[in-house]
Amino acid sequence: MNTGLLSQLLEVLLALWLAPLLTGWVNQWRAWLQNKSAPSLLQPYRKLHKLFHKEPVLAEHASPFYRMAPYLVFGAMALACAIIPSLSTDLPLSPAADAIALVGLFALARVFLSLAAMDVGTAFGTLGARRDMLIGFLAEPALLMVLFCASLLSQSTSLTTIVDQFAHRQFAIHPSLALAGVAFILVSLAENARIPVDNPATHLELTMVHEALLLEYSGRHLALLEWAASLKLFAYACAGLALFFPWGVADARSPEVLLLALPVLMGKLAVSGALLALLESVSAKMRIFRVPEFLASAFLLAVMGMLINILLGA
Amino acid sequence: MDLLPGLDLRCNRLPAPLPQWHGQVDAPSWQTAARAVRERGGRLVSLWGSPEAVHGAYRLPEGLLWLTLPLDPAARCCPDLSPVFPAAARMQRAMTDLQDIGITGATDSRPWIDHGTWAGHSPAGEYPFVRVTGDGVHEIPVGPVHAGIIEPGHFRFSVVGEKILRLETRLGYTHKGIARRFRELPPLEAHRLAGRVSGDSTVAYAWAYCMALESAASCTVPQRAQWLRALLLERERIANHLGDLGALGNDAGFAFGLAQFSRLRENLLRLSQQLFEHRLLMDGVVPGGVAHDLAMEGQDALLAQCTMLSGEVAELQEIYEGHAGLQDRFIGTGRVPPPLAARLGLTGLAGRASGMANDLRCDVACPPYDRLTVRIATHRNGDVAARVAVRFDEIFESLRLTRTLLDTLPSGPHRVPVPMPEQPALGAGSVEGWRGEVFVALALAPQEGQAVLRDCHCHDPSWHNWPVLEHAVMGNIVPDFPLINKSFNLSYSGHDL
Repeated sequence: MNTGLLSQLLEVLLALWLAPLLTGWVNQWRAWLQNKSAPSLLQPYRKLHKLFHKEPVLAEHASPFYRMAPYLVFGAMALACAIIPSLSTDLPLSPAADAIALVGLFALARVFLSLAAMDVGTAFGTLGARRDMLIGFLAEPALLMVLFCASLLSQSTSLTTIVDQFAHRQFAIHPSLALAGVAFILVSLAENARIPVDNPATHLELTMVHEALLLEYSGRHLALLEWAASLKLFAYACAGLALFFPWGVADARSPEVLLLALPVLMGKLAVSGALLALLESVSAKMRIFRVPEFLASAFLLAVMGMLINILLGA
Repeated sequence: MDLLPGLDLRCNRLPAPLPQWHGQVDAPSWQTAARAVRERGGRLVSLWGSPEAVHGAYRLPEGLLWLTLPLDPAARCCPDLSPVFPAAARMQRAMTDLQDIGITGATDSRPWIDHGTWAGHSPAGEYPFVRVTGDGVHEIPVGPVHAGIIEPGHFRFSVVGEKILRLETRLGYTHKGIARRFRELPPLEAHRLAGRVSGDSTVAYAWAYCMALESAASCTVPQRAQWLRALLLERERIANHLGDLGALGNDAGFAFGLAQFSRLRENLLRLSQQLFEHRLLMDGVVPGGVAHDLAMEGQDALLAQCTMLSGEVAELQEIYEGHAGLQDRFIGTGRVPPPLAARLGLTGLAGRASGMANDLRCDVACPPYDRLTVRIATHRNGDVAARVAVRFDEIFESLRLTRTLLDTLPSGPHRVPVPMPEQPALGAGSVEGWRGEVFVALALAPQEGQAVLRDCHCHDPSWHNWPVLEHAVMGNIVPDFPLINKSFNLSYSGHDL
């Protein structure tokens, strides 16, 4: 139990600490791939530091809900990071929420953020909220299907059980998991507001999705939301790595592996961050009405994975 | 010369390297003349007011026709031309704001440049945008302060979901009283102000101003100066096209394109700084010639840069054309079909992308373009992809022109003094800037033994294209607007004056 508590604590702290670093790492690769000199790896921390020291400016008719939303979103993302077995499967918090609850947690954050964006009544907030909902309602079923694929293989919806089983069985390539993996990448791009679905670096108000939701936020509220966005990316990266590349994750039987799990995770995150930047650099942003097609393919791939699992048992 | 048959119009030819005539009309023939121009396939270039007259400039196959309608001091009004040339509507509204000239029969009499903030003017109250009503229609106001660092302009979208039903632009935020400032400047120094009307077209404006001044002074610039002016103009065109192509890629989420094109543009600007002492070539064109002569080493550096640019731009063109995601965003977006372009009078680069084959460099070429046989770049699709294609073609053509200009650069002086006329004189100049035809008209008058600028009007092609942009975005989706807007890349400063 003590090691469990330790690994749980370590995971949450690590997520909070590493998430901006991952964002900085992706940004650095994006710059390198465009032949530009990159900003410092620590730039996201500096930005958070700056924002936390700035006075938040609120719209006159903003309701208390608008002020609450950043904390709720941040809390949801921190909790999501806590239940994903990135370092260890020995997590006391994990029985509290399974794979389905994880999807629900992301949905909760999205609903709060969209409502807050509409709360101040600016055109861009409403525009962004509408688009975010369009993306969300298509991405969530696809994500659920991906997680069901993994659940079918391990006969459980608990994330720790799934990862535990995947990590400790003989290496085999499951066609269903391969399809689910591709679907997961598509969903992650959409959910994390990355190119080709959204452009995190844009300054064009009319094309924004995620940025439009944050447009009216400032000071510590904006800092929390930016941090939450980093946490979300981190959570998705960890979830993907835990499901599809689970090797090196510690468990209750061998807590000493925890020492090794950290460098392994950092290595895996570094590679996936660079690949994400590569994927973003070679693509252009798609028209917003192509997003349903994009996410429908993700859904289809995940469903095909499940069918293969059910029909062929592979 | 009888330019408009059926009209008793007497025109004097103005001395200029381009064919241009000036004539006077009376109020009844103001509209008739415009109709006659339209029937002859002519275009409206500009409409402006001065304290005692209204002026209109038209482009005819033979050249430029500048008509003046003296105002009756008691009534101060002129007939509406917008039924003949739709682009006239906003120029007339600006005329009313700036010179208090009434337009009889105008359907739109809302203020345009005047936002009700000038001293002595009554506050205008809220601007009456045209409302679109219906189930689910709502408005998105954008600007004049934008999230990026761009010029100020307000865009009012009426949308259903993501679909744009109507866009109405509101400009005038950068009005700075250029016309009045001109009157305070000595004619031989005012080219610097002309070069700052719209910073991205500084060479085109300065050249058009100098051409107008030299035409009023009946002065001919030496050949070497003509060649060097054309060289600067082509460099300005290349620099702007490179910047736009990069920005278009970036607006479609393809940041790689922006990084590459910005690098090429930066190389170009640095060489300009080195050879002509200004990155954007400001103050390079001066009355009587050019400010900086070009040495042999400079010519070699320019030629080397041309070779480098042709190779790299061709490579980038291949990447743009082969990129499925990018082409999906470009093709069919913001379409202006050729018939619409012809009806509304789309001009310049955007016009050429919609089948309007007008380019001053080949239509009525002034030296040195008359010896260069410029190949006009046109396209018929009229979408963002077409405007991108025209930009690529024009870069290659400008690079070719640069090479030819350098190979045939005449020797001799690069600048001569311009003697100021002792009589009142009129002058006009037109230059095909990168965005389209830049036109400057001026009137010189002697005052205390010295020639002063009595009136100087600068016209930007954006006047014609802003209203067409509103048509181009209809039926498109909101997130495509920045891309469409960038593909036109119109000037705010040159429009608001």
